[in-house]
Amino acid sequence: MKRLFYFPILFSLLLTACGTDAVTPTTPPLIDTGVDPDSWAVVEAGEFLMGLHEHETNVDYNYEIMVTDVTKTQYADYLNQAVADGSVKVREDQVVGYYPGDEFHGYEHELEIKAGDWLYIPLNDLGIRLDFDGGTFSPQAGYDNHPMTMVTWFGAKAYCEHFGYRLPSEIEWEKAARGEDGRPYPWGDGIEPGNANYYSSHDIFEKIIGGLGDTTPVGFYNGGSIDDFQTIDSPSPYGLYDMAGNVWQWTGDVYENQHYRYMRGGSKDNYAYNLRVWTRNSAGPEYYSPAVGFRCVRDANQ
Amino acid sequence: MGALKARYNFLFKSTKGLILLAIALIALVTAIWGMISGPMAEFGIRDIVINTFGMDIVEAEREGRIILLYHAIAMAVVAIEVYIITDMVPMKVHQQTNINAIITFGYIFSLVFGLLFGYFGHNFIFHGLYIFGLSLMFFGGLQLSIALWPWNKEYHVSNPEYSQTRGGVDLERVAFFTMAIATLGSALFGAVTGSYWGNGHETFLAEDLIREPEKTILQKSIIGHLHIMLTLIAIAITLIVGRWQNFRGPLHKIAMPFMIVGTIIISLGAWSVVLFEWAHTIIYGGSVLVMLAALFFVIFSWRELIKVGLERRGINRGRVSQKLGALLEDPLKFGVGWQMVFMNFTVSGVGIFMAVKLDEIFRVWPHREERIVLTGHWHILSAIVATIILLYYADLAGLKGRARKIFGWSVIIFSDIAFAAATIFSMKRLLVSESAQQPLVNWTMLLVDLGLALVLVALAILMIWRLVDLFMKQGRWADELDETGYGEDSPEEPGETKEGVE
Repeated sequence: MKRLFYFPILFSLLLTACGTDAVTPTTPPLIDTGVDPDSWAVVEAGEFLMGLHEHETNVDYNYEIMVTDVTKTQYADYLNQAVADGSVKVREDQVVGYYPGDEFHGYEHELEIKAGDWLYIPLNDLGIRLDFDGGTFSPQAGYDNHPMTMVTWFGAKAYCEHFGYRLPSEIEWEKAARGEDGRPYPWGDGIEPGNANYYSSHDIFEKIIGGLGDTTPVGFYNGGSIDDFQTIDSPSPYGLYDMAGNVWQWTGDVYENQHYRYMRGGSKDNYAYNLRVWTRNSAGPEYYSPAVGFRCVRDANQ
Repeated sequence: MGALKARYNFLFKSTKGLILLAIALIALVTAIWGMISGPMAEFGIRDIVINTFGMDIVEAEREGRIILLYHAIAMAVVAIEVYIITDMVPMKVHQQTNINAIITFGYIFSLVFGLLFGYFGHNFIFHGLYIFGLSLMFFGGLQLSIALWPWNKEYHVSNPEYSQTRGGVDLERVAFFTMAIATLGSALFGAVTGSYWGNGHETFLAEDLIREPEKTILQKSIIGHLHIMLTLIAIAITLIVGRWQNFRGPLHKIAMPFMIVGTIIISLGAWSVVLFEWAHTIIYGGSVLVMLAALFFVIFSWRELIKVGLERRGINRGRVSQKLGALLEDPLKFGVGWQMVFMNFTVSGVGIFMAVKLDEIFRVWPHREERIVLTGHWHILSAIVATIILLYYADLAGLKGRARKIFGWSVIIFSDIAFAAATIFSMKRLLVSESAQQPLVNWTMLLVDLGLALVLVALAILMIWRLVDLFMKQGRWADELDETGYGEDSPEEPGETKEGVE
């Protein structure tokens, strides 16, 4: 009988000892995927099937969307410009900038987003993967072409607007991700580890970092291979990469009666079903995460 | 032929056989469907299972498939509870026979055809038969409610140790009756909404809608339905284990009115949410009463175990260690109460904390994290109910000696490790930042998978034991069949009435 008392304690200790990896930054290899983060794709006007239940939805204008998520290099360049022109401020391990605030309705669970300086990125979090020497921002070694993460909705919106772009609406994002044929994933009907970076997709970063792995470079799933890991070329119908997996992407809509901002696409930390194009995630606009990034849209022929 | 008939009689006519069959079917479904999600998907087993069984998996239909799977398993669980109730609560034998027969057809139809429709292509005959199965379950529930009618003088109690009205109406029976009626009413909220499927109602999972500021009446109806149905299943098992352990005395007299009123308040609250957003506060009031009733049962149960255990050892007034030894002597009887207590840490406590800190903490997290807390919360509650059923069944199946202890403690310890780890995993954002979560995620996921796997191993061993027994000419099954009156050695045919606990 006594053994029964000791057993769960010993068992728990044994198991706890199995999974305690230290949290240490690991430098990944710099992988050139050959996909240009500065490239844009045109999405033609027209109807498409939106959401899980495929409601016919019309977008009556052409627009362009970035082929990849904004990278750390791109965001570092932006911060250097924005700090120089005074549109963002570095303050106590944070980069902050002005946001004019939301219309507040006092609805249940709605939080007021007032005008003022809001967080763009934290500088003291392990996951930021950007270096700041007091004057200049630069990506950490190996992360140059990884998606910019740890960025709030304010920081994502500010980046796009700095260059005259905007965050995509949910409708624009979903049409760009799935095209007009109602497919559940940007590349087609099913998903396998070679298509995207998701939970237990066995990509090389899961091997390097362990566990949930890390972000993969933008455009990684383009049919190339590294070591023994073979990817499948997985663009959306408009040629966009990483519209499913890797990082959630902020969208620009601000809805009435709520302060939440919505994200699409699923991330490296999610089971495959979260990568279906209609899946939504949401958080307050000041939320940041190692699994959240963004890309921008602009008017066609801009 | 006679051998087959005897086994048919055991599996489809005796309470123990019917429960065994339902548990075996749930175990089979869990074994197969468990392999197409979670760690088995990560190991690549999912694809093998899908190809082997020829499943037709369409990505856009995941939500619908899951709803069918939940119903398939839930109907079998409800059937088990009904079998136990018709066996332990006094009623006419013909009523018990009718109810069990209807429920058996009902859950098997809904389980088999629900899963066929969800996972093997959309043959709408299968869908119709699935609905037919659910309808039979409802009809069986109506029959059960009639059989449980508490104001029949035949079922009045006179023993003052049991909760009763001045006129002798058995309040425990009233609690069973209330639960049955509330279940029927709550089922309607799902059924009516389901009838709008494809005609204004679209399939959804409740956890995906939590942050929508506006929900339709049909959506609110489903959200109320799923919450109240699980609550009523939990209330039913609480009443069952109370009767199993002969819950009586002063605590019984307080607990039963609490359970009756609590069940009514919770149900009315869940139903009212469809029309009034604020009505969910009514549910809290009912929950307090029901949880107090469960607490009184646990206090009674543990006191009784200590008392009986000390008496068995010939000890008059035991030391603390002796009392503890007596309390833990029988893991099956101790475990049902313990699991209810443990539920407060992993389900109720989390739920209350979440309600209090919703805007301050949980709504600051991303929706996907809040979703993990919600789904973890009710999966754990479902699994706790399942472990209580298993502990009760192990006693019913006659597990004795070392096997009883090993099975009982395995279910308690391994399931609680899994539930605790799942709770920590779901609340991890309180403990670590997202950038530093890896070690916590690693070991909690490992403990969840391992804990549940070991519970399933214990269940599998129990099922294999009973399966092997079925092939024996004069196995345990034959004795259990004899108890019902359908066996070869039965002293007589089943009579017109049967006795309850009294």
